[in-house]
Amino acid sequence: METLFLSMKNITKVYAGVRALDAVDFSINRGEVHCLAGTNGSGKSTLVKIISGVISPEKGSEIVINGRKTEHCSSIESIQHGIEVIYQDLSLFPNLSVAENIALNENIASGKKLVNWKRSREIALNAMDRIGVSIPLDTRVEELSMADQQLVAICRALTGDVKLLIMDEPTTALTKKEIDALLKVVLDLKDKGISSLFISHKLNEVMEISERVTVLRDGKLIGCYECSELDDKKLEYLMTGATSVYEPYHFKPDRSGTPVLRTEKLSKDRNFRDIDLEVYPGEIVGITGLLGSGRTELALSVFGLNPADSGTIEIHGKKAVINSVEKAKQYGIAYVPEDRLHNGLVMDQPVGKNIVATVIDRLKGKGGLVDPEKVDSSVNSCIRDLSIKIPSVYSPVKTLSGGNQQRIVIGKWIATDPELFILDNPTVGIDVSAKSSIHRIIRNLAEKGMGIIIISDEIAEVLYNCSRILVMHKGRIVKEFDSSDASEEEIQAYIESPADIGCDR
Amino acid sequence: MKVRNIPGKRNELKVLGIIMMVSFILMTALNPHEFLRIGNLQGMAFQLPELGVLSLAMMVVMLTGGINLSVIATANIAGIACAMILTSTPSGVDPSGGLVAAALSAGLLVSVIIGFFNGFLIAYIGITPILATLGTMILFNGISIVVTKGYVISGFPDTVRFIGNGSLLGIPFPLVIFALLASAMAVFLNRTSTGFNIYMYGSNESATCFSGGNNSRIILRTYIISGLLSGFAALIMISRFNSAKAGYGSSYLLVTILAAVLGGVNSEGGFGRVSGLVFALVTLQIISSGLNLLRVSSFMTIAIWGFVMILVMVVNYYTERRRERLLKALS
Amino acid sequence: MKNLIKTHEFCVFAVIVVLSAVITIINPNFLTLENGLDLLKSYSFMGVLAIGILFVLISGGIDISFAATATIAEYVMAVVCIRLGGNIISAVIIASFTGIILGTFNGILISRFRIPPIITTIATMNLYYGILTVVTGGKWIYALPDWFRSFAEIRIITLVSESGTPYGLSVITLFWIIITAAAFFTLRFTMLGREIYAVGGDIVSAERVGFPVKRLQVFVYAFMGLMAGIAGVIQALLVQTVAPNSIVGKELDVIAAVVLGGASLAGGKGSVAGTVLGVVLIAVVKNGMTLVRISSVWSDVVIGLVILVSVGFSSWQQKREKQKSKIEIEGVGF
Repeated sequence: METLFLSMKNITKVYAGVRALDAVDFSINRGEVHCLAGTNGSGKSTLVKIISGVISPEKGSEIVINGRKTEHCSSIESIQHGIEVIYQDLSLFPNLSVAENIALNENIASGKKLVNWKRSREIALNAMDRIGVSIPLDTRVEELSMADQQLVAICRALTGDVKLLIMDEPTTALTKKEIDALLKVVLDLKDKGISSLFISHKLNEVMEISERVTVLRDGKLIGCYECSELDDKKLEYLMTGATSVYEPYHFKPDRSGTPVLRTEKLSKDRNFRDIDLEVYPGEIVGITGLLGSGRTELALSVFGLNPADSGTIEIHGKKAVINSVEKAKQYGIAYVPEDRLHNGLVMDQPVGKNIVATVIDRLKGKGGLVDPEKVDSSVNSCIRDLSIKIPSVYSPVKTLSGGNQQRIVIGKWIATDPELFILDNPTVGIDVSAKSSIHRIIRNLAEKGMGIIIISDEIAEVLYNCSRILVMHKGRIVKEFDSSDASEEEIQAYIESPADIGCDR
Repeated sequence: MKVRNIPGKRNELKVLGIIMMVSFILMTALNPHEFLRIGNLQGMAFQLPELGVLSLAMMVVMLTGGINLSVIATANIAGIACAMILTSTPSGVDPSGGLVAAALSAGLLVSVIIGFFNGFLIAYIGITPILATLGTMILFNGISIVVTKGYVISGFPDTVRFIGNGSLLGIPFPLVIFALLASAMAVFLNRTSTGFNIYMYGSNESATCFSGGNNSRIILRTYIISGLLSGFAALIMISRFNSAKAGYGSSYLLVTILAAVLGGVNSEGGFGRVSGLVFALVTLQIISSGLNLLRVSSFMTIAIWGFVMILVMVVNYYTERRRERLLKALS
Repeated sequence: MKNLIKTHEFCVFAVIVVLSAVITIINPNFLTLENGLDLLKSYSFMGVLAIGILFVLISGGIDISFAATATIAEYVMAVVCIRLGGNIISAVIIASFTGIILGTFNGILISRFRIPPIITTIATMNLYYGILTVVTGGKWIYALPDWFRSFAEIRIITLVSESGTPYGLSVITLFWIIITAAAFFTLRFTMLGREIYAVGGDIVSAERVGFPVKRLQVFVYAFMGLMAGIAGVIQALLVQTVAPNSIVGKELDVIAAVVLGGASLAGGKGSVAGTVLGVVLIAVVKNGMTLVRISSVWSDVVIGLVILVSVGFSSWQQKREKQKSKIEIEGVGF
């Protein structure tokens, strides 16, 4: 039997004149665990879409699956070849039951016109057995937790005669324990000759069990490397063409006055508990922790979108009740959300409108009406101060690069003249050069006396930008580090399982 | 920084202007003697405003990505409320000025209450706009029927009839009202923070909320304004017909949506301008009057509206695709 | 058992029982077999349309042009039957065919050109009505063939009331029963039915899984057209005249019934059982109003209120649940 399962040569895909993929070669062996790495817009999702048959490549591309040559295949054909994709959004049907979701592919593949409910349940049970989980079959998927939903998606992928399992960033929403369980499943599949392809933008657990990594950048193939010869720095360099240089920043703020923000015993059921937090003017505080550790929930509660059940918030030493974004704005609080696409910006609307969205009611002139001149000057000063590159203030935000988009989000909040600035994963999906310039903007704000909180998955980001780092785990702050005497490894250990290290808070 | 030449931007008005001119020339060519008569042109000027004001009411909710199926029902019940007060005096006695003022304000008040009710259902209860306004449309139509028992209420004083039939310096008074309301709406949408937020909300609710917009309040205000505009339409309508009745003008519903869509209002929300709507309204009025003069049945006109609407949406689909491609190529 | 009580269908059923009890106390004529069978006959028209709109709503769309479609189908059928003769089967086929064509047109506009369904069907509703009125000149048709007339009087089961008049289960109701059974089977036990649910649940996922999403969209609107066509025949059988405006405005009642039955405009939700119960609820309300002598002018007010209250209730619950789930992130338990 040939070892090659999938081989793709000279794959090109053009969207509106832009080469999303440019003559890329790619291959996976049987039973191989492979990783596809690249930044946002590198073309990795386009490649996956071609493999799974959602889109077809340009002429001249050559795909050989399982020894059979084809120009492109439809999604049904790709499923018949045993290729299964688990997208990051899982692609489940929220209104259907667990059993039906799991048995769906099998039911489609069988080509039968009728549904056999008994068989569907059997298929579902079998699939769950394979990875040793049990989820109630008749529950609707929308009622499940994210981790359970992911298990359902994996079970669904395993129902057919799967030869290649593609997973898009599968570990971001999982806890350490759940990740370990997932990796076990993958290794188990490998023993059965099933290949796995992980899509990722950073070196993580999955890459440690991978054999090879294919790196894409700007739609071009950079190369295919043995995993053992890569480390974080090298991979980053390959993905971005640059190494992010973190200039360590050790600005020691004066912590003698009144803090901008002080919380005492701030708690919210099932979100976070007993949070005592102080942020002083000019200070940059980092908060890190796993997804679901309560870090974003905490930020949202200070921002008025997720008010706490008990505990107090003080702004400049005065008690504050913040139950809406409007209130938060009055107290001088700004928040840059993690999800730029849905929460940060109105992508279809022009740059100019997005910039003044937070301050539109302050730009009034005669008769209480919005003054176009004030709007123009506000927009222009934001663009100038943050050196945002745009074709015109009338172009929709969605046409800009990630870095420029993020500057607009930051800029629109700077316009409100905040005293406390919370940034949730401010550099996610932004290329390296833009990244350090965003960090520079943040440092400048701190030096002007703003209190800043950076929430980040990336330990280096908080370690090199913040003077203090708080680690959250299961809704509590479990450890505080002084960045001058902490290491990435130490912080990482606390993020994953503080209990193992003897933390009993 | 003043680069205005973005694909798809501003071209709309040019295209609409051309369509308007073409329809004008076409209708003139088909029937040169009658179409250009002063009487006809004046007739058009009297007919346009009520549809125009109703279209403004529809447009403002469409900008938020919603729809208001109850605009006509609102106008009718507001008109009936107004008419009932106007005709409450013993027969032969004209109502006093105070009573007229009270009647007009009552009509507007009713429309505002209904608008508030719609907005409340959508913003605070969470009903989708289609269902909420479908429900209120049936409900308030029903109340109109109950209150009037299905009869016409007619016979208004001259002061009221002037609203729909009078002229100011040779300009039909309803047209003056429409011009004022349209300008007010343009100012509201472009120069107030609520107007600004209506557009932002229409494109992305969540991001608007994260920028400090109060979404519930935006929706509530939008539907109140839509209701109020329906109320103004009611005043023009009842004074022009000199009567009020449940079920008047029900065929306008389609035309208001058509005018908005033709005028460049995005059916998913976020985009659209008053000026575009005005161009579209004038075009529709030219076609409808022209067809009327050509003795085309009014039902045929309705069928044509349906057809035109489909045509506009199909054309929009292709231009939108082209625009997307251009934008992608630019970036 | 506990799960059954929690379902939407059960709630509607409970409301129907309570309403029926109240109406029967005021007027005992309500809860008789004769009245029941009569309602089943006269609401067959609405029941069949409701099944059609149920499919559309489950797929995530909406259609308000079906009353116009039904009227056109009714006209075409009547004209062909009068001019060329035929029998009930050819009548049904002609009406169905007309309905399917008009429904497919909607489906193509919606799937191919991505025009929002509400806008598409408002446009086609006016297009269809306009053309119909122009072509027919608004004339009524009275002279339906004798075989058509006698078919309408067939009873599957005949009973005799105390006063000696015969009554029973009409053949017209049979249309409704068969269609309901077929729809139940399709939605529950065929891939087609499950695909419609899937498209309504998550259209992007449906595309990825490889479902023919566009074809499914065309199918549901064509199916709606088919139901409208059959409903047109039923309407003609029921009233034995064909009028261009006899069904105008009925579309709202039908949508109301289906939404009452638990279908959601967001798609992915709704059941045949709920839909039947929704129609029964509307029938009970309207018939009950007559029997307790509430003037028919109140009918719209009551229907409007029923819609707003029931939809409001479920939307409110959903909104509260959503607010909760937005912040409850897994792994943050104590």
